[in-house]
Amino acid sequence: MLNYAASRIVQTLIVLLVISFIAFLLVANIGDPLAALLSADATVNERLELIAKLGLDQPLWTRFLHFIGNMLQGDFGFSYRTQDPVANLIAERLPATVELAFVSLLITIAVGVPAGIYCGVHPNSLFGRFIMLISTAGITLPNFVVGILLIAVFSVQLGLLPSFGRGTVVDLGFWKTGLLTVSGWRAILLPAATLSTFQVAFIIRMLRTQLMEVGQSEHIRFARARGLSEARIWYVYAIKNTLLPVITMLGLQLGNIIAFSVVTENVFAWPGLGSLFLQSIQGADIPVIAIYLIFVGLVFMVINLVVELLYPLIDARVLRRQS
Amino acid sequence: MTPVVNTPAIARRRSRGGKLLHAMRRAPGPTLCAVVIFALLIYAFVVPLFSLNPFEFSGMSVLDSFIPPAWMADGSADFPLGTDDQGRNLITAMAYGMRTSIIVGFLSVTIGLVLGGSLGLIAGFVGGKVDAFIMRVADVQLAYPALLLAMIIDGAARAVLGAERSVGTAMAIVVMSIGIAFWVQYARTIRSSVMIERDQDYVSAARITGRSNLSIIVLHILPNVMAPVLVIATINLGIAIITEATLSFLGIGIPVTSPSLGTLIRNGNNFLQSGEWWISVWPCLTLVLFVVSVNILGDHLRDVYNPRLRGRS
Repeated sequence: MLNYAASRIVQTLIVLLVISFIAFLLVANIGDPLAALLSADATVNERLELIAKLGLDQPLWTRFLHFIGNMLQGDFGFSYRTQDPVANLIAERLPATVELAFVSLLITIAVGVPAGIYCGVHPNSLFGRFIMLISTAGITLPNFVVGILLIAVFSVQLGLLPSFGRGTVVDLGFWKTGLLTVSGWRAILLPAATLSTFQVAFIIRMLRTQLMEVGQSEHIRFARARGLSEARIWYVYAIKNTLLPVITMLGLQLGNIIAFSVVTENVFAWPGLGSLFLQSIQGADIPVIAIYLIFVGLVFMVINLVVELLYPLIDARVLRRQS
Repeated sequence: MTPVVNTPAIARRRSRGGKLLHAMRRAPGPTLCAVVIFALLIYAFVVPLFSLNPFEFSGMSVLDSFIPPAWMADGSADFPLGTDDQGRNLITAMAYGMRTSIIVGFLSVTIGLVLGGSLGLIAGFVGGKVDAFIMRVADVQLAYPALLLAMIIDGAARAVLGAERSVGTAMAIVVMSIGIAFWVQYARTIRSSVMIERDQDYVSAARITGRSNLSIIVLHILPNVMAPVLVIATINLGIAIITEATLSFLGIGIPVTSPSLGTLIRNGNNFLQSGEWWISVWPCLTLVLFVVSVNILGDHLRDVYNPRLRGRS
């Protein structure tokens, strides 16, 4: 177990280092930090001072080590566009995105899991087929189309829910949350639903395939032969065997959630990391893009790692296969 | 004994036509999708031949702006689906937009295919360190969803090229970033097939006859590993078109002067709140119709030609 964990952690660290290097190359080679940070009438001395301060006269490897060192101390550089520290920009936007992802995860679990189990247990029922049809649509519809259609129906035609912003936000000092007010919850419903469409559809299909496969397996047939009730067979024995792939998928979908959050946040004018990233791309703000690149890689890798380290706890066979 | 009327050639031709009909009858859904795709292709490539470009001044008229679809109160029979804020007939505008979307999607799939295909061939055929390196790069890239990657490549390219970009450059950036974002899948599929094929007797035979590695790869191995990749490419065409539309919708794709479905939706989105829903909803539905059809047809082709891949996405 320890060997397994250690080798996975080392692999993750290497990949992260590679990603950081690519991000560093972006910052080092694209755009001109001097033009961005100096005023137009700066003197030659001011210029040289800044070059020395930023370490631009050092060799590439030294600068890379410096870059990593700064990052570990929480110094992510400065945005070319607003001149603010990137760390502040991210800290400001993070809560909105985390809350959006969290509520969409809640929706995914609350809608996707029961619907998927129903489809897996009753694959040929009329309602099961209906759910599958909807989920096919949900998996192909582009994220922004879902958002626009939801706005067209729920905010423009019916006037039920707001179509932009976060509503009233409560400042907890370290975290600005919209989840403590009614208007905050009303504002988060449409974007969270948009963001979760893909995962809900995905998890339904996943659970259905898994349950249908498990339903054919030996131990379920034996359970049936023993005369256990269908409910007990499905909900106690079959579902346990579908957990591993479903947890993996939920973990691996996180990358997609981050990508789709850029789109969703744009449609709903949600002031999160995704909109920051988009503004940075439009403004060619390389330092922010680079840090976002590392941030997404880090989140994705850590989730992957956690999922893989959880495997043996759910399914001991994984370890045996490793050794 | 009855005389045989059919010559073998005619019989064969007839049975092939019968097979197609039979296949179409057995899979009505995919057949319908193929018809829809064909109809939309004709729409996108024929309508622009007979109408003025609505994105040049001669093709629009501000007097006709914001006319709703023909069946609504203020609708006009001249504009069955209505007009947008510049008085463009949405039927013409969507044909132009779709033509751009399809061309960009097609080009970017081709780029991904060529890039991923050649890297996969090299990795599978050469093996060793080269293979390990290419596959590690693929692994790192897989940490990022293709859409996000396309955005990042797009952003980096914009930064390199600066603010002054022609329409052609902007389109090239989009095509390249989508193509690069999708090469991994092709490379992996081709690599695994090549690793099987390179140990076959026909490859050894070709080598004994003195063929160079390059001609063995191109003339002998490539034809044998293309089929599954082409099927994946069909499915990816839908994804590439969605990616392009998403980039354009976000304002980092195709420039407004040469619009795609994505830019049309982006433009329509500005008027959604004020009740002019048709400007964005029609392009949305066209995009969905086309992409869903491509996906269903692609899935069907995959199941028919390569059952091994079933269930993978």
